[in-house]
Amino acid sequence: MSEFQASGSPQIVPIKSDPVGPSSPQIGSIGDFLGFLLSEMKPKGKLITPFNVISSIIVAVGLVLIVIRFVYGIGSITNLDQDNPWGIWIGFDVVTGVAMAGGAYVMTFIVYILGRKRYHAIVRSVVLNGFLAYLFYAGALMLDLGRPWNIINPIIGNNFGVSSVLFLVAWHFMLYMAAELIEFSPAIAEWLGMKRLRKILGGLTIASVIFGITLSTLHQSGLGALFLMAESKIHPLWYTEFIPVLFLVSSVFAGLSMVILEGSLSHKVFAARVSKDLHHRHDDITIGLGKICAGAMFVYFFLKVLVLIHGQQWDLLMTGWGAWYLVELIGFVLVPLALFFRAVRDEKVKMVKVAAALALTGIILNRINISVIAFNWFAENPYVPHWAEYWVTATIICLEIWALRWIVNRMPVLGDPPAWARDLDH
Amino acid sequence: MERRDFLKNLCIAGASAVGVAAAGEAEAAREKKEFVSVLVDTTRCIGCRNCEVACATENGLPIPDNKDKTVFENIRDMTPDQWTVVNRFDTDDGEIFVKKQCMHCNQAACSTACLTQAMYKTEDGPVIWRASKCMGCRFCMVSCPFVVPKFEYHSANPKIQKCILCYERLEDGGIPACVESCPVDALQFGSRREMVRIAQNRVVDHPDQYEDHIYGQNEVGGTGWLYLSAVPFDQIGFRDDLSHEPVPALTQNFLYAVPVVFLLWPAFLNGMRYIKTEEDEEAQIEEVYNPGDES
Repeated sequence: MSEFQASGSPQIVPIKSDPVGPSSPQIGSIGDFLGFLLSEMKPKGKLITPFNVISSIIVAVGLVLIVIRFVYGIGSITNLDQDNPWGIWIGFDVVTGVAMAGGAYVMTFIVYILGRKRYHAIVRSVVLNGFLAYLFYAGALMLDLGRPWNIINPIIGNNFGVSSVLFLVAWHFMLYMAAELIEFSPAIAEWLGMKRLRKILGGLTIASVIFGITLSTLHQSGLGALFLMAESKIHPLWYTEFIPVLFLVSSVFAGLSMVILEGSLSHKVFAARVSKDLHHRHDDITIGLGKICAGAMFVYFFLKVLVLIHGQQWDLLMTGWGAWYLVELIGFVLVPLALFFRAVRDEKVKMVKVAAALALTGIILNRINISVIAFNWFAENPYVPHWAEYWVTATIICLEIWALRWIVNRMPVLGDPPAWARDLDH
Repeated sequence: MERRDFLKNLCIAGASAVGVAAAGEAEAAREKKEFVSVLVDTTRCIGCRNCEVACATENGLPIPDNKDKTVFENIRDMTPDQWTVVNRFDTDDGEIFVKKQCMHCNQAACSTACLTQAMYKTEDGPVIWRASKCMGCRFCMVSCPFVVPKFEYHSANPKIQKCILCYERLEDGGIPACVESCPVDALQFGSRREMVRIAQNRVVDHPDQYEDHIYGQNEVGGTGWLYLSAVPFDQIGFRDDLSHEPVPALTQNFLYAVPVVFLLWPAFLNGMRYIKTEEDEEAQIEEVYNPGDES
């Protein structure tokens, strides 16, 4: 109780345990388990909806494109060339996607390390979103690998390229996915009604949270460090030795902005699955997250300006590239930063969401600028993505939404865990 | 203990636990051995393109027609099928022919970037590529300051293709095929120290013939291929804005920081959580002694 009162916010309603939680299946044998799994495989809700139809078409065509890619090579459906070895599959799917999935490590830090219990209700959905983002967007990396069958080499220790930042990032992706899976696993155990397993997995949460935050600190910055060796190729306005720090700091508000937007979206879409408690305090959570975003963005903006001043490249600002740089810095960092501050001061939930959308656009711009647009900026024939590159990206997003929907509709993610599970935690 | 040494030791301690080692150690150790080198004297090259033919023959690539002089109309880049090209530049000093291929950097960005050691700096100096290890991520291409590694975008089993300095011939005591094919001694093969000395002597002996700049002596920390020119190097297709610092040094600080973060961050986080729990307990005790005080 003291936690809530100490923070001084009047709107907070403490969690009251709901005596009647959702029911759990009775699983006594492997036969029961398989039967339950099979019954859960069936779709819930209407099959023919506009979203289902459109996403099915996208995925169907996307799968054909992926087959073409594996038969005829990466060049058959991308515009990558010898000067531009990385396109939007890396620049957007992986580099931007992972920044946007940063919400999971920030939220677990806030809830489990700082003990801010008011955010507890959204932790599960944030961790799930983070896990799926890593699974699908980092998984999309497999499409971009020319020789994916050799991915086993850095994993089994056949050859450790330990001097490579990519080695670090790859390992951290794998370990972090495992950590997030462990953080989410209590929900799976509750879904299956496995009490003993739930108890064991619940006990692993803190350790995996600490491990996960450490991994995130390193690979969020590591994604930026990937571009450090490309000093001679990235436009000097974007290249700085502080890219790793900037990537880390921006992943904080990128992740939280995603949590804000994704949260309010799934709040509507999965309204029936949302617990009363979460429903009541959702606006309060949004404002709270906006406050953290404002702080993180201020630090980020400050660092960006500091780097710019130390670079002493004022003349570059007068060029076309300078204008493009200022669009990113002013339009999509300073403006959302100001909006976050105002929205938090006036407690305007809608404005927080607008600010979050702008901030996310700024993150996409920044990551794409560094990895694609300002990369080889002097090229006569700049890389422009093939339509199929966008299409495959859309396919990945649709597949992720399907997976998310399947899980949210079955497991206690947005809603309350079953009563027996809550008793375990007390 | 020096701060740097301390950090290094911390790294090594962390490396065993985390699987990340400092990039510089191995590279520095390797550099003690004398690397092989090729000196290109662009003032001697006649543009016969025998080297292109020899390279293709040696490496089983499509053999170019070196009688065809129209290729000089455009500046060409290497391709997956052609590991070396000769270009013609019209300069202040007239036509100059320049052979281009992998520079075989002393501290190669590509091999540092490679997470499977497929791109590999051998002890003798050639940077080679090993198909059984490569996963095709193309980080070597992103990192190479000379844009050398080429990828087969239209293959289901794509390879990274580039000059490997005929390392198998070298192991048998031979010299690179291109050097052997050169009719005018524009290419010379030997130890790097020796080639630098020859290049320096030529510049000193004939200051009117050469720019006072040996390209590759210092660029990106030194390269295996060295170039002499009569005109500034930016006129013959070289980037003259490259740092003299080895490219891998750019990520070294980051990699040094990794084990430090990995060891200290969990302890720090755990400490924070512990303090927080203590605080909560204190507050509960307070509540017991001063009931109702807080509302």
